[in-house]
Amino acid sequence: MIPAPFDYKRASSAAEAISLVSEYGEDAKFLAGGHSLLPLMKLRLAQPAVLIDIARITDLSYIRDAGDHIAIGAMTRHMDVEKSPIVLQHAPLLANAASHVGDPQVRHRGTIGGSIAHADSASDLPATTLAMGATYVVQGPNGTREIPANEFYVGFLESALAPDEMLTEIRVPKMNGATWGFQKFNRRAQDWAIVGVAAWKRGNEAGVALVNMGSVPVLATSVSQAIANGASIAEAAELAAAEAEPQSDLNASAEYRVHLSKVLVRRALESTNA
Amino acid sequence: MSTNEFYSLKVNGVDHHVSDAWIGESLLYVLRERLGLPGSKGACEQGECGSCTVFIDGAAVCSCLVMAASAVESEIATVEGLNADGTLTDVQEAFVTEGAVQCGFCTPGLVMAVHHLLDENDSPSELEVKEALSGNICRCTGYGRIFAAVDKVVAVRKGALS
Repeated sequence: MIPAPFDYKRASSAAEAISLVSEYGEDAKFLAGGHSLLPLMKLRLAQPAVLIDIARITDLSYIRDAGDHIAIGAMTRHMDVEKSPIVLQHAPLLANAASHVGDPQVRHRGTIGGSIAHADSASDLPATTLAMGATYVVQGPNGTREIPANEFYVGFLESALAPDEMLTEIRVPKMNGATWGFQKFNRRAQDWAIVGVAAWKRGNEAGVALVNMGSVPVLATSVSQAIANGASIAEAAELAAAEAEPQSDLNASAEYRVHLSKVLVRRALESTNA
Repeated sequence: MSTNEFYSLKVNGVDHHVSDAWIGESLLYVLRERLGLPGSKGACEQGECGSCTVFIDGAAVCSCLVMAASAVESEIATVEGLNADGTLTDVQEAFVTEGAVQCGFCTPGLVMAVHHLLDENDSPSELEVKEALSGNICRCTGYGRIFAAVDKVVAVRKGALS
């Protein structure tokens, strides 16, 4: 459980972090909370030559009301998202999903930006922010750009981030009274989801995304489309897996995952949380 | 590769100099193997079991998943620092009297998690206790005696028991 040798650099600003990653290129990885990367490095599934520690960039830890959306700094810890009055009021689905990440020790250290940049389809926050229509702000050597969540996840643990870019902010549209549900099916409370669903609904408008239903977080557009066309929640939920390509593993077969996704999408959309 | 880094960690209020260490070492490893503080235990090394729980700037975290170098300039508190004079805290006392310790390997991490919980919430519900301790795995007790110990501390702190 000792990682392969690596060099360690600490960045004190986003600009310094970008400059360091430009210098070391694809051999470097950013270290945020470390709760996705360090386990992989200890298992030697990841062997970056250089770690660029961005944990001390305190101006990337914030939650702001930005009018029509909430702006969350990438280094904001899960526990701070979960307990933020601003998030609880305007994006309660995200606060609830954050409360389902790991256990308290993990949520004290892990960050929303780290979780999203890691781009694990089995993580709760990539799918949740995808369902909410979030936008990710990334910074690179030539300035910043915005990537819509539905263009960000391109493959297994692979995002649209360039090697010299860093995720700096997550912009989540305010929910404005939409009902929402977060369903996480697992055997033990702190486990990864076998299947998870983040969903919101406002009249005929709905956003639904699936956790652990393929190599990337899945936006269930067929469900939203059906709701928009006047289908009942039960009818729409039957389309839950239309965009998904789930895998079989020790926890569940692909067929069982498809079944779970339909049940969980129905439950999430029927939820009266607001 | 940097192999001879020098840095300082503030642990239980005392500055410790770490020298001749590989910069990639975890906080848990440095606490145990370089600073002589073996109270925090290493088990899963993956942030699952909670036996390495320490406080960093007041938050309970798994020290196996924090690089020591990354904890420079933070206030680190370990189980050794709960009562510097070597006496037991009320939580440790309750673990003893309620029989919440069997093999004892998970106990330091659980004691830290219980202190963290009760510092933030002096009358947690059963669900809140279970949630707060969900990051600490015990393979002996079945948790019943641990929950009893938490109840005891809550009652004693409220003056209902002495």
